[in-house]
Amino acid sequence: MSAVHPIDIAAQRRGGRTRRLLRWLRAYPPLVVLCVVWIVVMLFLAVFADALAPFGYTQLDLLARLSPPAFAGGPAEHWLGTDELGRDVLSRLLVSIRISILVAFLGTLLSASLGIFLGLLAAHFRGRVEQLVLTLVDFQASMPFMVISLAVLAFFGNTLLLFILLMGFYGWERTARVTRGLTIAANEQGYAAAVADVGASPWRIYTRHVLPNIASTLIVGVTLTLPEVILLESSLSFLGLGVQPPMTSLGNMVGYGREYLQAAPWMLLAPSAVIVMTAFSVSMVGDWLRDRLDPTLR
Amino acid sequence: MQAFVFSRLVRALVTVFLVLSFSFVILRMSGDPAMMIMSADAPPEAIAAFRQSWGLDAPLWEQYLGFFRNLVLGNFGYSMRDRSPAMELVLQHIPATLAITLPAFFLKIAIGIPAGVYAALHRDSMVDRVVMGLSVVGHTIPSFVLGLVLVLVFAVNLGWLPSGGSTSWQHAILPIATLSLGGAAVLARFTRSAMLEVMGQPYIRTASAKGLTWGAVVRGHALPNAAIPTLTIIGFMVGHLIAGAVVVESVFSWPGIGRLLVTSVANRDLAVVQCLLLLVAGTMVLSNFAVDMLYGWIDPRLRNGHAAGSAA
Repeated sequence: MSAVHPIDIAAQRRGGRTRRLLRWLRAYPPLVVLCVVWIVVMLFLAVFADALAPFGYTQLDLLARLSPPAFAGGPAEHWLGTDELGRDVLSRLLVSIRISILVAFLGTLLSASLGIFLGLLAAHFRGRVEQLVLTLVDFQASMPFMVISLAVLAFFGNTLLLFILLMGFYGWERTARVTRGLTIAANEQGYAAAVADVGASPWRIYTRHVLPNIASTLIVGVTLTLPEVILLESSLSFLGLGVQPPMTSLGNMVGYGREYLQAAPWMLLAPSAVIVMTAFSVSMVGDWLRDRLDPTLR
Repeated sequence: MQAFVFSRLVRALVTVFLVLSFSFVILRMSGDPAMMIMSADAPPEAIAAFRQSWGLDAPLWEQYLGFFRNLVLGNFGYSMRDRSPAMELVLQHIPATLAITLPAFFLKIAIGIPAGVYAALHRDSMVDRVVMGLSVVGHTIPSFVLGLVLVLVFAVNLGWLPSGGSTSWQHAILPIATLSLGGAAVLARFTRSAMLEVMGQPYIRTASAKGLTWGAVVRGHALPNAAIPTLTIIGFMVGHLIAGAVVVESVFSWPGIGRLLVTSVANRDLAVVQCLLLLVAGTMVLSNFAVDMLYGWIDPRLRNGHAAGSAA
């Protein structure tokens, strides 16, 4: 018996380690980890785009127009090839990542703030104010956002600031609806009434007590809005109605690259891949966060 | 029931009114259409005459009232480019759009709902994972990337199908495929989660416990209940029949509503954009209204107003 004992312990220890590994893998699936890594890399590239880009993103090299990527037999200095004016695709890609991420983040931030603010207003005042907010929510939800944004862009012209503001209206109605529902529920619970009884101002109650309690659900909702804003920005820029040249964004690169689909597919494949993988990564991480944080799904 | 229909009707009308006001405000406050249409060095008399003929010299509130009066009278203005009636121009483009959005709509339903139901009934199986994986991918590939990849494969490399235009039925295949793949992914995901939620309900256990076969439980109890939330998203897709192909039409140079919208926006053709907004708002409001009515018909709880607020 005693001879078998040490083997048993070793097996148990191994079993424990495997179990721990399995538990870790279930809590942090490898795909989700990869997605987080991708997002971090994209953020890094966005921040250091200027330092990393081998060429200026508007720098022309007319002798090397439409040259294929280095790995496909093109010149070694242009890793991802060049476009119709001989501009380096890699450098443009890096700058595009910066602009697209900037627009998507600022837009989502604005939309979340607007939604939370209006949702809190509706839940706090009820009555007329609530009816007004809900009517606006219905209006926003009943119109395809693409059509609204096209109309706005057409008639106000297009600047980066206006474009970001416009993206800030995407998805606010969902955040507002969720915030209102959760806040009404929170106000009925003891803790909000308790801090109100000891004399806290509404501002203090909402920022210090209610919002932290409903934050996890809101954060999940916002993470699911972010990839949609990325896709919307790239679609509008693809149509030529989003980010305007000489500035560049991912959708913009695909839009101009499409003229050269046959002759120079690399011009649009690299930005397309970045759009898809970034939107995919953010969605995966958002889904994973929802499964972990949203108490209504348990 | 009457109160339910009435409240939904009022909401639909309020939405239409808001859309109209929105389009008026956007179109009128955004700049001087006279300066946009005519060149900057046009003689001042010509600009004044243009303003007068388009009613741009009246006070804003008068323009606002006149705007509604004209709409009621069926006068939707003229395209500023070639002076043809704007609504007529818009209506001419509808058949082309429906020619790709209607088949895509039915394909989405034919692919998305069975896939979602199957995935939910075989939760965590291989098929479920594949369906869910594809649906996340389908959800995160923008339609222009999907469309261009299809063009690259089927038109450029294989040479089986034309890449753009609208002269034969083969031209419609790639746009329809692009539209339906993305939509089917969304629908499958939605149907699956609706089904999963229903399958966890106590009445499903009760139905199984009283000895019904698995098929009878699914058909008689699970599917009808999962149909209720799924209807919302289908109604949303009906509303998108007109405006849901803006990007896809541009990718494939398809001469429908979406392309008209993009070109009118680029040319700042006020009257046409306004008609398009009106048309899109009209279809969205109608389809939302129809879905609400269907809800009331399928789910008696809503008719009686118990959960009317949460269904919104």
